[in-house]
Amino acid sequence: MNRLMKKTISNVRALKIPRKYFCTEGVKVAGSTTGEASNEHEKKQAINKIIPQYDIAIVGGGMVGMALACFLASMPMTKQLNVAIIDSNPALASGLHIKKEDAPDPRVSTVTPASISFLQDAGAWKYVEQNRHAYFNVMQVWDYTGLGYARYNARDVNKDFLGCVAENKVLHNALLSCVKDSDFKTTIYPLRLSSMTLNTSSMSIVEENTNSVEPSSAQGHGAKLQLSDGSSLYAKLVVGADGGKSHVRELAGIKTTGWNYSQNAIICTVEHTSENVCAWQRFLPSGPIALLPIGDKFSNIVWTMSPAESNSRKSTTEEEFLKDVNYALDYGYGPRPTSGLLGTRDMFSWFKMDAAISTNEFFEIPPKVTKLASERMVFPLSLRHANSYSSKRVVLIGDAAHTVHPLAGQGVNLGFGDAFSLSRIIAEGIALGSDIGEVNLLKKYEAERRSGNIMMMAILDGFQKAYSVDFGPFNILRAAAFHGANYISPLKKSIISYASGDHKLPIFL
Amino acid sequence: MAMASNHLRNLTRISVHRILHHRFQSLLNAARFFSDAASSVPQPQPNQQSSPPSSLKDYELAKFAAIADSWWDSEGPFKPLHVMNPTRLAFIRSALCRHFKKDPYSAKPLEGLKIADVGCGGGILSEPLARLGATVTGVDAVEKNIKIAQLHAGLDPVTSTIEFCCTTAEKLVEEGRTFDAVMALEVIEHVANPADFCRSLSALTVPNGATVISTINRSMRAYATAIVAAEYILRWLPRGTHQWSSFLTPEELVLILQRAGINVEEMAGFVYNPVTGRWSLSDDISVNFIAFATKSNSTE
Ligand SMILES: Cc1cc2nc3c(=O)[nH]c(=O)nc-3n(C[C@H](O)[C@H](O)[C@H](O)COP(=O)(O)OP(=O)(O)OC[C@H]3O[C@@H](n4cnc5c(N)ncnc54)[C@H](O)[C@@H]3O)c2cc1C
Ligand SMILES: C[S@@+](CC[C@H](N)C(=O)[O-])C[C@H]1O[C@@H](n2cnc3c(N)ncnc32)[C@H](O)[C@@H]1O
Repeated sequence: MNRLMKKTISNVRALKIPRKYFCTEGVKVAGSTTGEASNEHEKKQAINKIIPQYDIAIVGGGMVGMALACFLASMPMTKQLNVAIIDSNPALASGLHIKKEDAPDPRVSTVTPASISFLQDAGAWKYVEQNRHAYFNVMQVWDYTGLGYARYNARDVNKDFLGCVAENKVLHNALLSCVKDSDFKTTIYPLRLSSMTLNTSSMSIVEENTNSVEPSSAQGHGAKLQLSDGSSLYAKLVVGADGGKSHVRELAGIKTTGWNYSQNAIICTVEHTSENVCAWQRFLPSGPIALLPIGDKFSNIVWTMSPAESNSRKSTTEEEFLKDVNYALDYGYGPRPTSGLLGTRDMFSWFKMDAAISTNEFFEIPPKVTKLASERMVFPLSLRHANSYSSKRVVLIGDAAHTVHPLAGQGVNLGFGDAFSLSRIIAEGIALGSDIGEVNLLKKYEAERRSGNIMMMAILDGFQKAYSVDFGPFNILRAAAFHGANYISPLKKSIISYASGDHKLPIFL
Repeated sequence: MAMASNHLRNLTRISVHRILHHRFQSLLNAARFFSDAASSVPQPQPNQQSSPPSSLKDYELAKFAAIADSWWDSEGPFKPLHVMNPTRLAFIRSALCRHFKKDPYSAKPLEGLKIADVGCGGGILSEPLARLGATVTGVDAVEKNIKIAQLHAGLDPVTSTIEFCCTTAEKLVEEGRTFDAVMALEVIEHVANPADFCRSLSALTVPNGATVISTINRSMRAYATAIVAAEYILRWLPRGTHQWSSFLTPEELVLILQRAGINVEEMAGFVYNPVTGRWSLSDDISVNFIAFATKSNSTE
């Protein structure tokens, strides 16, 4: 995107600014136009009369909400939109100042090549590359029984890398910078959404009113949002990007289906003596442990286990914890896989002619973890899916629409996909003069996203189920499946392609 | 940028209907041919005592008045218009941009154009045209429709500037009003005399201006699709909304527009996909079709 005007129009509205300084066309002046209303009466009147009006209100300026703002800022059809972003997260108001040498954060995301290309096109990826991040082109997945392993290589699918891991704060900051450096008109409200009225202007009132049709723009239109400081605003479209416990979803009356796994994930960042360049995942009796490179000599750990285990591992000493991690990543719970064990190699050897390059790669042992580099955080795992993604003037994206457990690092990628799809549908609507809150338009977004998201959730749930039982024969089957996956190259390609965001049907399930 | 141009590529794909141009020439010839033997072209009815002749058909208007409340119910009787709206706007947008040399990459490409929406109903077409930047005048013969249209458009500052009047095309002609472009979508099948109606549309259009008309074809397939499906099976439209005999074929429409001094330049069909529930533009004009016409410079 060539930006001739590198002017920052985004502004942060301080809590104290009286509403009267905001005209109905949105905030054109920077938030610095402050001043106190001369008296209470005037203030009240101002509140009653002039309620700011936006095209879109994004509730929740997390990674997915900010990605939507970025995508909108990058397209000619949408960049003139007047957008409000509502989120009390102080990072939005102050702008994060992160430095490469800052201590790593335990919260990271694995970004797929598909998401990366969206972010590149929107001009946000270059900011990620200015901070700590790690591309990886090899991924090794194995199993504690020692019966099978699979190594995936980017070359197998003709890609340069399988993904890139970056701390959430790096991604978030990149998106924020991208929006701020564009000439996109956004207003950040450092507040929370407290309630929402969806203006269902009943047409039946016409009957009585036939002679007094007033230009009713004075009363505003669209959805009316009430914020935590008592102020309000109108928006033609409300985007719920407010995470797994979405308030927008609740206020719109959209129900969810899902369940909690009786499992938690411990996440933390660790250090090695040398740089890790591969993504590792080992399935243990209690769940998977993943070791993801995040740049420098750091890696991130996402380790799934029972709630009781997670609580004790969170509070043990660093020494104990590191011992447990190394045990879990290598010889613990069972032997290292050796090719040829139990004849599985022979069992699949007839596929070998067709094998992908990485079939010839041998099992490797992940690098030892030597230091804890962040606090340990514990999250319960759950799977939740909104029964609908849209209703009149309301649409859900990201975790507000679906939460998956972090097994394959798909959470934020599904959200980026949602944001990208929604931005394009909004652009299309604008090109054709549609009301962007119109339900027919929003249903197009829903149709585009829902089935794909359900598919990915089902796959992840399937993985989860397959690894939460420990029966001898099942283990062998599972190992056979791994071995099979390692030898049958078309199959493996489809696994990698799907996990890296190419939308192909996963024929293997 | 790649993303944006991708999107616009999708939009310009709409201009597929240009291929119709070819096919259309033969249609035009057929129409001329037809004119020699023309007897089925609706003839003026001798029911006009006063000038101007009225295009109104009372029982047609009564049908619309009865369901006027539901104009903006996207699941109500006007659902087909709502669902078809993006598709026909794609056609109109690209045809107008090309004809008036407007920038198709702009979010408001119709800025500077004065457009009349004749038989605007609840304003389903008028509103998007205004959002695309046009200065819109919507007229409808049913007072209730106009009230609904005003009330609904008033909800959005961008559309509240639309001028809605309860009047007819012929009265606008009497008032001497003219527009850069005149739209009459899904109206001609409801008027008393299509030929007179087209003459009024022509009179409202400035020289070198554009006229866009859409309607249902009087083919067996149209009968099956539009009437049986929409009115009886899908129950989208109240029974009796359409009368088959009042439909025009594309050839007839081309002919009567030509007689009114307007040349049809592009035509496209709308096809409904029952699986996706969407309409798309195609060269199949056997059921629903839309015509883009221009008025020649030489005014008669
Ligand atoms: C342990 C764990 C590990 C994970 N690992 C990965 C991984 O490796 N890869 C991956 O892709 N994903 C991973 N995820 C998932 C990923 O973090 C989420 O999918 C992602 O953060 C969702 O982004 P979001 O913007 O939709 O929601 P969130 O990040 O939850 O953001 C929601 C925002 O909304 C704001 N908000 C909430 N309520 C309101 C309100 N009422 N008013 C205003 N604002 C409000 C909040 O302040 C917040 O800023 C993991 C998740 C967990 C729990
Ligand atoms: C099927 S609706 C089409 C509405 C609108 N043009 C659209 O496509 O969304 C037909 C409309 O034409 C109006 N109408 C019918 N005969 C008319 C006439 N002679 N003059 C003006 N309006 C007329 C009806 O009242 C009705 O609102």
